[in-house]
Amino acid sequence: MNDDNQDTGTLRAQAAERAVERAVFGGEHGRRAFLAAVGATTATAALASVFPMAAAKAIAQDKPGPPEKRDLKIGFIPITCATPIIMAEPMGFYKKQGLNVQVLKASSWAMIRDISINGETDATHMLSPMPLAITLGVGSQSVPYVMPAVENINGQAITLATKHKGVKSAADMKGFKFGVPFDYSMHNFLLRYFLAEGGVDPDRDVQIRAVPPPEMVANLRANNLDGYLAPDPFNQRAVFEDVGFIFMLSKDIWPGHPCCAFAAKRELMEKMPNTFQATLNAILDATQYAHVPAHRKEIAAAIAPKNFLNQPVEVLEQVLTGVFPDGLGNTRTVPDRIDFDPFPYHSMAIWILTQMKRWGYLKADVSYRKVAEEVFLATSTARSMRALGQKPPDASSVKHAFAVGKTKLFDPDKPDDYLKSFAIRRT
Amino acid sequence: MARDRVRVLCLSVTIGLVFVLAWQAFTATRPPGKGLPGPLAVGATAWQMLAHPFYDHGPNDKGIGLQLAASLGRLALGYLAASAAAVMLGVALGLSPLLYRAVNPYIQVLKPVSPLAWMPLFLYTIKDSGQSAILVIFMSSLWPTLANTAFGVASIKRDYLNVASILQLSWPRRLATVILPAAAPAIVAGLRISVGSAWVAIVAAEMLIGGTGIGYFVWNEWNNLALTSVIFAILAIGLIGVLLDAGLARLSRRLAYTE
Repeated sequence: MNDDNQDTGTLRAQAAERAVERAVFGGEHGRRAFLAAVGATTATAALASVFPMAAAKAIAQDKPGPPEKRDLKIGFIPITCATPIIMAEPMGFYKKQGLNVQVLKASSWAMIRDISINGETDATHMLSPMPLAITLGVGSQSVPYVMPAVENINGQAITLATKHKGVKSAADMKGFKFGVPFDYSMHNFLLRYFLAEGGVDPDRDVQIRAVPPPEMVANLRANNLDGYLAPDPFNQRAVFEDVGFIFMLSKDIWPGHPCCAFAAKRELMEKMPNTFQATLNAILDATQYAHVPAHRKEIAAAIAPKNFLNQPVEVLEQVLTGVFPDGLGNTRTVPDRIDFDPFPYHSMAIWILTQMKRWGYLKADVSYRKVAEEVFLATSTARSMRALGQKPPDASSVKHAFAVGKTKLFDPDKPDDYLKSFAIRRT
Repeated sequence: MARDRVRVLCLSVTIGLVFVLAWQAFTATRPPGKGLPGPLAVGATAWQMLAHPFYDHGPNDKGIGLQLAASLGRLALGYLAASAAAVMLGVALGLSPLLYRAVNPYIQVLKPVSPLAWMPLFLYTIKDSGQSAILVIFMSSLWPTLANTAFGVASIKRDYLNVASILQLSWPRRLATVILPAAAPAIVAGLRISVGSAWVAIVAAEMLIGGTGIGYFVWNEWNNLALTSVIFAILAIGLIGVLLDAGLARLSRRLAYTE
């Protein structure tokens, strides 16, 4: 970094500090009065105790300062949803940010949660409802988390055992035993949504169990499950193994739904803002790279080895390119079967929270928007994306359209009305 | 005697051969890659793995030798700590019938709990997955040694203890020269059962925590439905178990005595 840059950096940091002070003290006038009364250093210190000033300064800069910690461990579950997190290691995206990252494979989502809370990993792959649930202390001890980036959108499917080839709709699935990767997963909420839209009560008419993704194919083969709504490659792997077929892609339930996420304890962002920013930049870079369809074959080859997904390249290519056999004798071409878009819309978080409420996971009344804004860092991620030359969307909250059954619009400004519009719900 | 041994060996080899041939016949009808793999496929995998047992391709992909070493390291830590604790507590219980009767109900309640059930609790409190796995091994190898030590010490001949009292031996000397040697056969029998149950528990514990170890290896191969590797791992786990048991059997022969 040359001197010029350094100066701009310092100026930006000061500007950020002043902006925060103005916001806290109610405008420039209040700020000056407070500074005059207690002295500038005391004022900054007092502020820092209630506001993560270091984080705000780091975020305000295009180029973060040197990372406070370079050797990081990032946990992942071996599924294609983790593509940007995983590929960033073999393909050098972390290195480019001056980080030395080890990606560690975990066996289940409960384990991902526990080793992240324990601090055995610095940042982690999570299902996008998990940072919300953990922050709220639902199904976990309560630890504040942030989720600066969505990993993939779409990329899940309902897979049914081959013997259920005749099944046409949710109504035919009464009595089924389904697997989902975790209670606090988009898979669980999308499966429940799909079933309920078809008039099937997901708590009474079927059984839904949490099964770690890698164990799903084996369970399907063993007749232990009738089907699952799972992350890939395990849908495609079931086809590859001749034990199941792809009944419906999750993008046909909610086109563009978030799936997995990159998350960390809020503590990392506040105590090591530069490390946090550098890691996020690596993830945003990798996500952008994965978004380009022409790169998908190269990525499939990079993440297939034992150290990462441990899957046949052929299966990963079928998932990532969207040209795949569906297990019913057809070859389908769906380029956006899985896509990569990091933007964590607040409205996505609000939808997830309404579903946690709908199915009784979330008992307390919380302000959906407040929690969404605390955990899904849409605003600062937009800034980081711009700094990397990417184009974030203009609005951090949008209406989402659901495709299954009657097309329904989710308005994030009216979550309670939305919740009441469902006939099948636990609240 | 010698003829007997030859006959046993012949029968043993025949049983093994029949099993392998039946396995081969059963799996030969399937196209390769589908269904249960046969002994030839497992052999090929074993050959490959044994050719490079110590390769290290990053934190999630290491050779079978490194995985087994990681598991044995965990086993050693958990097992040795548990054995030390079990022998000390066992001696106390064996010497004091009162204490034994007071503590016994708790032991009876804790003993049948699968060591894996402790895992979530350990993870929550210790906040370290590696140490939690070691504690799971600790729990799995505690009870047999404890029960056997208590039993062994309680059944030491009164005469021995009386002689020790008359000679006014200090407690450390009494332990080292009378109590432990007298109870040694029972203690080692407990240690032998313990090492077996610890080795059984470690595979399951490592499947839960991931990272390294033979249990993680099985889980990672299961991800890929690579059953040849899983079968090979089962054989490796079994063989190591036999070696561990044989080591303690040798120790128990050395410590045996007749009155």
